[in-house]
Amino acid sequence: MTQTLNAPTGQQRAPKPSKVRLGGPSMFRMLLRDKFATIGALILAVVILVALIGPTLMGELATKQNLMFMNKAPFDPANGWAYILGSDSLGRSMLARLIVATRTTLMVAVPAVLVALLVGSLWGVWAGYHRGRRENISMRIADIIMSFPSLLLAVVVLYVFSPSVANIVLILALTRIPIYMRTARAESAELQSRTFVDAARTFGTKPNSIIAMHVIPVVTPTLLTLATLEFCYVMLAESSLSFLGIGIQPPDVSWGLMVAQGRQYLQTAWWLSILPGAAIVITAIAANLLAAWLRIATDPAQRWRLTLEKPARKALKSLSKEAK
Amino acid sequence: MMELLDSQRAAEKTLTTVLAVTGLDVDIRTPTGTVRVVNKVSFTAYQGQTLALLGESGCGKSMTAKAIAGLLDPVASVAGGVVALEGKDLNTMSARARRAVAGPSLGIVFQDALTALNPVYTVGTQLGEAFRIHRGMNKKQARLQAIELMRRVGIPEPEVRASAYPHQFSGGMRQRILIAMAVALSPRLLIADEPTTALDVTVQAQIMALLRRLREEENMAVVLITHDLAVVAEEADNVVVMYAGNVVERGPVATVFSAPTHPYTKGLLESVPTHAVRGDELSSIPGSPPELKNIPAGCVYQDRCPMVAAICRETRPELRQTGENQFSACHFSDVLVTQAGNPTNDHSLTSPQLEDNQ
Amino acid sequence: MLTYLRKRIISSALPLVVVVVGVFALARMTGNPASLYLPLNATDAMRADFIAKNGLDQPVLVQMADYFGGLLRLDFGTSLRTGEDAAAMALRAFPATLQLAATTMVIAIILAIIVGSAAALKPNGLLDRLASFVSMAAASIPDFWLAIVGIWVFAIYLGWLPTSGVMGAAAWVLPVATLLMRPFGALVQVIRGAMVTSLSEPYIKLARSKGASEYRVVTAHALRNAAAPALTVAGDLTVGLVNGAVVVETIFGWPGIGKLMIDSILQRDFAVLQACVLITAIAIFILNILIDLGYALLDPRVRPTAGARGKRKARTITSTTEPTTPSEPTVPAVTGANA
Repeated sequence: MTQTLNAPTGQQRAPKPSKVRLGGPSMFRMLLRDKFATIGALILAVVILVALIGPTLMGELATKQNLMFMNKAPFDPANGWAYILGSDSLGRSMLARLIVATRTTLMVAVPAVLVALLVGSLWGVWAGYHRGRRENISMRIADIIMSFPSLLLAVVVLYVFSPSVANIVLILALTRIPIYMRTARAESAELQSRTFVDAARTFGTKPNSIIAMHVIPVVTPTLLTLATLEFCYVMLAESSLSFLGIGIQPPDVSWGLMVAQGRQYLQTAWWLSILPGAAIVITAIAANLLAAWLRIATDPAQRWRLTLEKPARKALKSLSKEAK
Repeated sequence: MMELLDSQRAAEKTLTTVLAVTGLDVDIRTPTGTVRVVNKVSFTAYQGQTLALLGESGCGKSMTAKAIAGLLDPVASVAGGVVALEGKDLNTMSARARRAVAGPSLGIVFQDALTALNPVYTVGTQLGEAFRIHRGMNKKQARLQAIELMRRVGIPEPEVRASAYPHQFSGGMRQRILIAMAVALSPRLLIADEPTTALDVTVQAQIMALLRRLREEENMAVVLITHDLAVVAEEADNVVVMYAGNVVERGPVATVFSAPTHPYTKGLLESVPTHAVRGDELSSIPGSPPELKNIPAGCVYQDRCPMVAAICRETRPELRQTGENQFSACHFSDVLVTQAGNPTNDHSLTSPQLEDNQ
Repeated sequence: MLTYLRKRIISSALPLVVVVVGVFALARMTGNPASLYLPLNATDAMRADFIAKNGLDQPVLVQMADYFGGLLRLDFGTSLRTGEDAAAMALRAFPATLQLAATTMVIAIILAIIVGSAAALKPNGLLDRLASFVSMAAASIPDFWLAIVGIWVFAIYLGWLPTSGVMGAAAWVLPVATLLMRPFGALVQVIRGAMVTSLSEPYIKLARSKGASEYRVVTAHALRNAAAPALTVAGDLTVGLVNGAVVVETIFGWPGIGKLMIDSILQRDFAVLQACVLITAIAIFILNILIDLGYALLDPRVRPTAGARGKRKARTITSTTEPTTPSEPTVPAVTGANA
């Protein structure tokens, strides 16, 4: 308490132990202990790297038409490395097109997740902290957005405004804001009744400082976990839109659009649809694996599972196996 | 004084054993290894009498009760010993045979009635469940039995209240319902696991009175788990004092409370502010119980014991007879016996600690 | 109960109104249908005539007032494409979607109860890990891609199932299987979680102490308590099923409301789009009411009126037949000994 007396603006630390140092060395070691999460993180890292530098490396290859190499089947070394994943009906390299599509796909998914995370979290934390009418109205807005199928909303909106990347990002963010809002509100409403928040309030700390100092650090791990899961959802939503023809428009290319374009060649060239779809699935599973690990790693009640040495974890596993 | 003693002895001779626990061990598996939470616990419960298991939270008393009832959590298991209910060992029974015992022979009253009752069924349905399982009754018959039970435990308007849900009752009423459920099939043994902890003081007294009445009506053996010395003094015939998973002392309540022969029991009784004078410091036992993970070799109580000596650090004392039916696990119980003077003279006092309470 | 229901209906109706108004406004912005429906060489007079006939020259607010006035008279307007009654078209398509969604949800719920309960019985067991893998995969696979792979394998390669259409049971397999995946995956996790929670509740021990069989403990006690939270999620998933229905109906040529909606948007057929959206919104509205009623049915604690009455009663019934012992001991508990 002496500390709080010296710092009457309420600078004291939240006594809740769930504040997790993200990205610290202990976090990294915990990640390495989980096989599946490590694989998931590696895949995501590769995907991001490919999106960043891949298109530059590919140069013209993605758009170069080569009538000599029409609809080549994949995994045939005779065609050279550029055609290792086959080619499409115009003889363009599938590998190069997939790499270029990676960038487009991430360019929609990542900003959409970030915008929704930022807006939804802040709004939810604010509503939950203040309770009362501000909370009621905010949650009613969230209910309205959630009570209508999100894809339908996106379909309607994207047909009104042209389906540019910015519009896709905005509509996807809009439909996902309520998810963060609800989580942030619930946690913040619970926190604002805690003693350490009361203490800060007693010292005359302004609501916004309390939110920034005491509420946001506590809810951040939960929301980041949610955002990882949401990345998967948003990526799938973008590909669904592109598949229906109201998402990414040619000559741009995303994984979802590639599936749609390849659909008519399903009987003759399966790889045109199956390979980009597989890219979506692998990336989504990687995000899911990482989210599952994050959920445990940021939960102080469960984190100990990840800090155990191997033999102890084996013992724990056999133990829970025995448990009925 | 002597006549009273004789009549008591005579009564004891005709006692019927309902539950005999011998050398019960319970282990909990944790990620860092197995921990023994109940160690070689033995005691006997007699028909028509109440046996109290007394101890601080975490001493293993609840775990002992759950082990007897066969309701241990998945991480815990009975590692040894015999739990004989009416002569049959529960530990070696098949799951099916054990289910047949649960209800008709053994009833248990749980601590927190709000969470123990299923929130989605009416109390009538839940009270009738035992009759449906064991007596094969239909819904209508079971409901009539449930209403009868509710009347017996003092719930007004049972015909109406049988259709109400647990959350619509007060804490005391819920506890009554739990008790009614436990005695539904007139079991020989009733285990009450801290039945009044969650209740107000006045309601606690009502619940204890109800338990006493039912024990007399049904002539059951009652095993009462509690951390409340007053409840033990008031309600129990025999007491088993537990510390860190071990029985440190056991015997008739009158003897144990008037002339404790274990320093822990003594310390407990001294911490009760009976003769306290305003301004005096209240007596208390310094320190806290050892962690079950690293119980020291030797006596479990060594770290807090005022009488600790070299032998206590090395050898764990066995339970030894220190008086009439009284046993203590202390190397220096003889010293305590002499200190107490002539303990057998105090038999008439059921609870000396409560005499000048007001 | 009636007050409660009225409150729920009013609060659920608000999104309904917002959705209808919102979609109306957005639909007006999708572009001028005159340019889509008239031949390229149409004269300006023809255009003006077309616009006037369909009320498109009025201010948006007037058009909206007309539209709502029409709704009150059950007049949803006519399709620009076919000249048919828009409501009739939407209502004709609706049962196909409803059947598809209902079939999917019933199968998903039954499968999820079985798999989720079995997984909860042995947390971290083989089945549990399998179940969590399946639900993770279900959340990761795009439904349109699964549909295409399904067509590729079962319709093209193996030739067992038709690629599209609604004729015969075989035509249902791929659409239902595709739609099933997401609600099934989510429900397995929800039911597993709710079952793990309820299996660790004290009332399970109480049931065991009565000698209840393991089957009875799992179904009558644990599952019965897990049902209410699972129902809420099932409701949300049914709303989400409309998303899947749009994709699945488009791929499999299923003549449902999702396909009709996409077609109307592409054809700028305002009346039909609005009728579709309105019917979907009403269906979701009714669904939400049913879910609320079902929840109150499954969990007596949320029945507000009944609960209030019971509480008032309970308060008066704390008096008892047992006499209170006046000299109740004030001896402290053992836990206080080391204070």
